Amino acid sequence: MYFGLSDDALALREGLREVLSSACTPAVVRSAWDGDPCEPLWKTLGSFGLPGLLVPEDRGGLGLDELSFVAAVEEAGWHGVPGPLVETIVSAPLLDLPLDGSVRIAVARSSGPVPWAAVSTHVLDLRDEPALVDLSSVEVTAVPTVDRSRALGSISESPVGHAGASDRQLRDDHTTALALLELRATLGTAAFLLGLARRQLDLTVAYVKDRQQFGVPVGSFQAVKHPIANAVVDTEFAWPAVLRAAYSLSTNDPAAAMHVSMAKALASDAAYRMSRVCLQAHGAIGYTVEYDLHLFTKRTWALANDWDTAAEHRAAVARALLERTAS
Amino acid sequence: MDLTETTDEAAFRDEARAWLDANVPAAPLPSGDTREGFALHLEWERRLFEARWAVVSWPAAYGGRDASVWQWLAFEEEYYRAGAPQRVTQNGIFLLAPTLFAFGTQEQQDALLPRMASAQDLWCQGWSEPGAGSDLASLTSRALRDEAAGGWRLSGQKTWTTRGAFCTHIFGLFRSDPSSQRHHGLTYFLVPLDAPGVTVRGFARLDGDEGFAEVWFDDVFIPDSAVLGGVGEGWKVAMATTGSERGLSLRSPGRYTATVDRLLRLAASRDVDATVESRLAQAWMDAEAYRLFTLRQVSAEQAGRGRPGESSLNKLFWSELDIRLHELALDILGPEAELEGPWSKGFQFSLSGPIYAGTNEVQRNIVAERLLGLPRK
Ligand SMILES: Cc1cc2nc3c(=O)[nH]c(=O)nc-3n(C[C@H](O)[C@H](O)[C@H](O)COP(=O)(O)OP(=O)(O)OC[C@H]3O[C@@H](n4cnc5c(N)ncnc54)[C@H](O)[C@@H]3O)c2cc1C
Repeated sequence: MYFGLSDDALALREGLREVLSSACTPAVVRSAWDGDPCEPLWKTLGSFGLPGLLVPEDRGGLGLDELSFVAAVEEAGWHGVPGPLVETIVSAPLLDLPLDGSVRIAVARSSGPVPWAAVSTHVLDLRDEPALVDLSSVEVTAVPTVDRSRALGSISESPVGHAGASDRQLRDDHTTALALLELRATLGTAAFLLGLARRQLDLTVAYVKDRQQFGVPVGSFQAVKHPIANAVVDTEFAWPAVLRAAYSLSTNDPAAAMHVSMAKALASDAAYRMSRVCLQAHGAIGYTVEYDLHLFTKRTWALANDWDTAAEHRAAVARALLERTAS
Repeated sequence: MDLTETTDEAAFRDEARAWLDANVPAAPLPSGDTREGFALHLEWERRLFEARWAVVSWPAAYGGRDASVWQWLAFEEEYYRAGAPQRVTQNGIFLLAPTLFAFGTQEQQDALLPRMASAQDLWCQGWSEPGAGSDLASLTSRALRDEAAGGWRLSGQKTWTTRGAFCTHIFGLFRSDPSSQRHHGLTYFLVPLDAPGVTVRGFARLDGDEGFAEVWFDDVFIPDSAVLGGVGEGWKVAMATTGSERGLSLRSPGRYTATVDRLLRLAASRDVDATVESRLAQAWMDAEAYRLFTLRQVSAEQAGRGRPGESSLNKLFWSELDIRLHELALDILGPEAELEGPWSKGFQFSLSGPIYAGTNEVQRNIVAERLLGLPRK
């Protein structure tokens, strides 16, 4: 029995932390707010190997499993990496596209505008017959969003016949591969959310230690401490659920889908609550776009509902439980 | 990450399950917090001991099985899954014993542990006083040195002592240095309740059972051998005990996963709407999350990556989880919720979770100050 990340996964996270501390500063995240696709950052992610994290080594990837995936993505969440990182990593194993960070793959799964489409090079369109769309050939209209780095875009009439040359598995029996893609994307989003929560917590702890009112640091007030402690309980109990779901996927556990839903439901709720508590503990300084907190708060709001809401995942867990009890 | 049980662990679990299936009383025992119920629970404890299931994680020499923490967790899971009786010996075997293993002399361990395991000595916990609750360091019970007799004379009053009226021994903190303040000058004593000068009065908890007691000490003599961990070292030793109480050893995850299983069976026997279904899903996830958190915690500790204040995270989570599980059961029961029964009883008990073992407000202080490093007042 060992529950936790392996030393290799911990080292991967450490390495990524080092790289991102200079490659993904708040200034870089802010540039994404102005529509910049952040190509230098993505190039760095590419040389680190992140896009190919789940791609087998004989195809040029890192050939790692879902545990390394959540370790890396949680760290990326702390830095607020802009762009379709989770979507690119989970799509890469299905496609024959470069893994060097020159390709950013958004995923379309509902009729609305597509997250990240306005800063991506491709869209994997799962709405009807799965198709890979090269965005250089279609028009993408950016849609205003609360977190402007999210770069949602509506795509003009999907041109046909794009499940073409660069596509490896979309032509074969793709149901299993696409189901796995969805589970991995959901799980990755859960991990990213907990990274965002950890960043907001770090900012808040530093701030309330420093900010003085009534002659003492505001962090010495219990009315400030206790909500933070409660939010920490939520995130601390969500992270093991993310790890377990990753393990279940990597070992083909038949309950993996249920475990992924559990992870996303807990992570969405925990990260959202953390964002509320952190904003409140900051007072007005948290309520301006000039301070960094909002970069992570607004991404939390977006991702909490992306790849399905906590309520939808809870409903999925409920269905699985009722089936179990009935059988 | 490796969540497969080793063959040893699986064999241990199977053996525990088989024994429990064959031995757990078919009908639930009356509450162990009543006089008659306590006596029936003692019979059960002695059966556990004879079959060497009473203290599985202890060394075989003291009646245990040298179980690893993983085996212990598996045993706990099986114990609650089988619906086995509450452990009325818990304050001895789960709270005092780890402290004895860490701080006791060989003589103390040899004398006390076997009698504790076999439920001959029944231990209660003497921290709180009428004037000292959360602020335990303000306690005023005293220990005066009696050099001539080679021991100590205890006076003062303890209260809220769980099952004190049914127990034979008490462990507790006394101020042994009259000039000392706060956390200093306290000593941890092990006291038989039949010592001359001890008076015990049981009284009822919220659910009406006689689960509480007040204990008075009127110039009670005890020998030096009754000191655990050194004169003046009481605070440090007591903190080890409270760490066990907040964390894993008192409240293992099996307790909550079993409660959720019962909850799911209750729900399956009724018509429940989508709101209740969603709360059931949350209940299952929360109990699972507690289980997974403890697996992570044990692994991290074994790898030397434990963090200060972590047991306060456990305590906050299990205590609030327990209330939510029972609230949901009562909502499913609807008009039947007010009837005396396991759920209404369990609900009342769950409400004490955020109070005992250090209130949840105090735990939040600990998380904020020790885990996050926020400034103290
Ligand atoms: C079921 C049950 C079993 C128990 N068993 C035992 C036992 O076996 N042995 C034993 O010694 N004791 C036992 N206790 C007592 C328990 O340890 C105390 O109740 C607990 O320490 C709180 O003390 P208090 O009740 O005096 O409350 P107080 O300390 O008076 O607290 C009252 C309120 O003020 C809050 N408060 C106090 N200090 C702070 C602070 N610094 N910051 C924020 N809020 C604060 C508390 O959280 C609480 O809400 C038991 C209690 C219960 C309910």
